[in-house]
Amino acid sequence: MAWYLVRRFLQLIPVFLGATLLIYFLVFSLPGDATAAICGEKGCTPAVEASIRAQYNLDEPFWVQYFLYLKGLLTFDLGTNFAGRPIAEIIANVFPTTAKLAVMALVFEAVAGVVVGLFAGLKKGKLFDSTVLVVSLVVIAVPIFVLGFLMQFLIGVKLEWTNPTVSGDATFTELILPALVLGLVSFAYVLRLTRTAVIENASADYVRTATAKGLSRRRVIGVHVMRNSMIPVATFLGADLGALMGGAIVTEGIFNVNGVGNTLYRAVLNGEAPVVVSIVTVLILIFCLANLLVDLLYAWLDPRIRYA
Amino acid sequence: MPEIENPTPSPRRAKTSAYPVEHFVADVSETPVAATDSKISDDAPTSLWREAWRNLRKQPLFIISAILIIAVIFVALFPGLFTNEAPNDNCMLSNSDGGPAPGHLLGFTQQGCDILARVVYGTQSSLTVGLFATIGVVIVGGLIGAVSGYFGGWVDAILARLGDIFFALPLILGAIVIVQVPFFRENRNVWTLVLILMTFGWPQIARITRAAVIEVRNADFVTAARSLGVSPFGALVRHVIPNALAPVIVIATISLGIFIVAESTLSYLGIGLPPDVMSWGNDIFAAKSSLRTNPMALFWPGLALSLTVLSFIMLGDALQDALDPKARKR
Repeated sequence: MAWYLVRRFLQLIPVFLGATLLIYFLVFSLPGDATAAICGEKGCTPAVEASIRAQYNLDEPFWVQYFLYLKGLLTFDLGTNFAGRPIAEIIANVFPTTAKLAVMALVFEAVAGVVVGLFAGLKKGKLFDSTVLVVSLVVIAVPIFVLGFLMQFLIGVKLEWTNPTVSGDATFTELILPALVLGLVSFAYVLRLTRTAVIENASADYVRTATAKGLSRRRVIGVHVMRNSMIPVATFLGADLGALMGGAIVTEGIFNVNGVGNTLYRAVLNGEAPVVVSIVTVLILIFCLANLLVDLLYAWLDPRIRYA
Repeated sequence: MPEIENPTPSPRRAKTSAYPVEHFVADVSETPVAATDSKISDDAPTSLWREAWRNLRKQPLFIISAILIIAVIFVALFPGLFTNEAPNDNCMLSNSDGGPAPGHLLGFTQQGCDILARVVYGTQSSLTVGLFATIGVVIVGGLIGAVSGYFGGWVDAILARLGDIFFALPLILGAIVIVQVPFFRENRNVWTLVLILMTFGWPQIARITRAAVIEVRNADFVTAARSLGVSPFGALVRHVIPNALAPVIVIATISLGIFIVAESTLSYLGIGLPPDVMSWGNDIFAAKSSLRTNPMALFWPGLALSLTVLSFIMLGDALQDALDPKARKR
């Protein structure tokens, strides 16, 4: 088990390095002047430009630049944004809000998705099942920003149940609506995955055996069906954390949440490449770790998976 | 032991039937012996595709989505048939955020343009991006996945890691990074957007194709072709890929919808198509500032977008049912 963990962790490293290299390569080494975004249309004097180039190591060869960047990453020194503020500080400032939002969305989609999917799967072909299937397709199809604006308009503006936008404190109640919007699409995926898995497992041999042994229906479904149906769902949720981070850009924009997504978006609009690269790197790191966590979850969910 | 004397199911079994307990042994009376050991030989062999088509024709989901998709394609090809209004010619600021008026069924945008005309003319760019991104992803991802699954070994290891790297970047995040590149920042159009979506969209198709190819690779007919002297690549193209196509088609159909969403999301963020290109994403971006006074300017392009995406996702769903006989029989 420990060996398996170490191996999985080691496998993460090339993926992480590759992804950061890819981003770094895309942003910093393709043709185009990186100082243009700072200097604006008026342009800088050669001396200023030279100092900017020195600050971001732009005169070094690409590999040296990349290794300097990695070195900074390992020592939590991500450089500064164009206004001179340390990027690490910016991220540390906005990260808790987005983490709260993402966890709320994840909990919502996991709990609601599994419960609805379970009932739909157990009642396959009934009215509830078909309704859920159609509704989930609609939810998947409606883009998150259309959904977000409609919910904001209906619940925030027309019905006035919550504030349409989130204040700087980002309290739990304020974040409920953004988290629902953020998690809604994944909720539809989770429920469809759960439903399929439940239908498949409900007719499996071990479930028939469990029923034949005289176990209560509650125990058969709760332990035998559910536990085995959770495996694809866990995989999805791990991969979904990345999608949630991406979705946060849109959701945080709509509800004016001061989080990672909003910061990233502003950096994109201002052309602050160092900030964009740093934030995306952190997001990739989280994504990789979440997938590692899912691998661990397998061990608990399915003892048949051997960790040789 | 089958209960021959009592062919009706016992009451207890009937009570628990909501929870599927399969009949282990069919009652003898239900299955005539003739049915089990005679085969109707003049029945033409049905291919997977023919069987799938027969199944599809009966599915309401397929019929609805097919009609919708044909309608959308028609609107994209001949926008002039659906509105008399040129989308940008008669924009009057005096009409700004106006409600429906004679000749202007859906009202006006903030700029005083006819919403219906803009929605109709915006179809083309969204559909073009989705269609060509999907074609590109199927070609690139399909080839990489097929090679990776068919040849295995170190080729597979390298390509799989490469896929993992791109997979670690979610589509929208990757696209946001890539528009930082000066080349893409300065050349924003339908084709660069297709390229961006392709760059981050191929690993999924590659994974699906790889799995499907591995399943087919060891089939008897491939071994037969190989032992008859067909080259590895020839066997891959002629025998393996056509038989591994079904799951790829399903995912590609759904991807088309996802790419349309991605395009509009990027346009909505202001980093997709440039503002002078008419697209639903751009219209939603323009409408969000006046959401509280004129929500309909956001609603209509949003509805068109959602319906289009929905029809492709429904089509993918129907295809999955039809092309996966294992799932259907359950």
